[in-house]
Amino acid sequence: MAFIRSDAMSVEFPLYHVGARSLKKRLLAGSSARLRDEANRIVVSALRDLSFAIGPGERVALVGSNGAGKTTLLRCLAGIYEPVRGRLEMQGTVGALIDPAAGMDQEATGRENIVLRGMFLGRSPAECEAMADEAGAFSGLGEFLDVPVRTYSAGMGIRLAFAAATLMSPQILLMDEWFLAGDADFMVRATERLERLVSDAQILVLASHDNAVVRRWCTRVIRMEGGRIVSDLPVAEHFAG
Amino acid sequence: MGYSAAMQREMPTGADHYVRDAADPRMLSRALGDLAGGWRLRRLAWALAWLDTRNRYRGSVFGPFWLTFSTAVMIGGLGLLYSTLLKLDLREYLPFLAVSLILWNMIGQIAGEACLTFTNAEAIIRQMRLPYAVHVLRIVFRNAISAAHSLPLIFLVFLLCGRLPGPEALLALPGLLVLGTCALAGALLLGMLCARFRDIPPIVTNVMQLAFFMSPVLWKPELLGEGQKWLVLNPFYVVMEVVRGPLVEGGAPASIWAAAILFTAALVAVSALFFVRFRARLAFWI
Repeated sequence: MAFIRSDAMSVEFPLYHVGARSLKKRLLAGSSARLRDEANRIVVSALRDLSFAIGPGERVALVGSNGAGKTTLLRCLAGIYEPVRGRLEMQGTVGALIDPAAGMDQEATGRENIVLRGMFLGRSPAECEAMADEAGAFSGLGEFLDVPVRTYSAGMGIRLAFAAATLMSPQILLMDEWFLAGDADFMVRATERLERLVSDAQILVLASHDNAVVRRWCTRVIRMEGGRIVSDLPVAEHFAG
Repeated sequence: MGYSAAMQREMPTGADHYVRDAADPRMLSRALGDLAGGWRLRRLAWALAWLDTRNRYRGSVFGPFWLTFSTAVMIGGLGLLYSTLLKLDLREYLPFLAVSLILWNMIGQIAGEACLTFTNAEAIIRQMRLPYAVHVLRIVFRNAISAAHSLPLIFLVFLLCGRLPGPEALLALPGLLVLGTCALAGALLLGMLCARFRDIPPIVTNVMQLAFFMSPVLWKPELLGEGQKWLVLNPFYVVMEVVRGPLVEGGAPASIWAAAILFTAALVAVSALFFVRFRARLAFWI
């Protein structure tokens, strides 16, 4: 059975882009004891001491303001960032829908992108072709499926991304709320597909700002602030409080 | 726990059990698992390399063969000029120059692109867990595809000059293996260094430019006279020579082979040490 267990997990980002990254600074810093790394390195504590356990059947919403650490936590659960302190243990296959456009090649056609996505998941070419047909039919892109993605409208891009991203059926589904964009007609079909995806998954972790979405999809709400968990309640109690 | 079990866990999907404990980082087995996972996904890396090649030349009629043309013009022009300057017989010099230039283009291009191995893959790295080795394979495959477009030129020049090599030319194959190993290790190491320190790419460009003139690419090593014995310390030269020697001079001396293998082993070792130590940090550097 799928589960997620996090014990005092912390993640810190060194912010190199702010100016500590250059080799010159590094070399100059090496020559003086006072200008060491600590002095000019800006470290952001993205996640601090997170302890929680999620069992099979749970649908968890991560809520909190921008910068609370929701997406970073999703990335940790997806295995992209590894904890700097503490421990993370997960059981079950993981599927992450974090950024719709990521991994899309703008110059390649929609079909090629879906095949590529299949290969990212380690599928065989034959399986990938079958996936492309299925995703093509689902996305309703028609003949646009064989045109480079850079010519797509924003809505078409989201439809393709959604179709490609939902080709898997993971036991643990990690999702950012981007899927809410898209035209109404598509959303009807998308909701159907999402429902199937979610019901097939044993665990859903969803980062969201939208209370309606949280009420509709989730059973438990973890509220984060400044990288910490401030409350962890069943959905009814969360909204009651 | 054995390595095979450790590698099982590194599958991008299908890995059922995932543990990351900062107090027990298991750096070595996870680095090995990453490499094994990258090899399993080599078809993906190959597909990405083809896509890169196609996108780079999108809309151009001759596509990557432009590279072949420009190399051909370069070989012709430099061949005429330098055979006169260095007072060499053109038919003797041209095969040497053709192989040299094509190999150097390959080495220089890989060194340049290696700097962007991980920074260019940022969108993918931040979206899904994929072995980092996939990005390394992608760069090396892409450069192999691009080099393959120039290889026919070598045979053309050999034919024109009436200097087809004998069976000893097959020794160029192990030479290519050495070169390929260097490319893989170099792309991994430079990719990591450049992700961490954004000043490295211009340094690499400068080093490569200097190395082009300091290494016997345009000029033959014999021209150095007494100084020739020091050439064995030039890693670019020895790695190039284990491919060029068998094709042009009927083989490379044992000292060159030894130096090339030693240098490759050192590069692999440094690159592996870096990867084992900093693999988990790479996602934060991007």
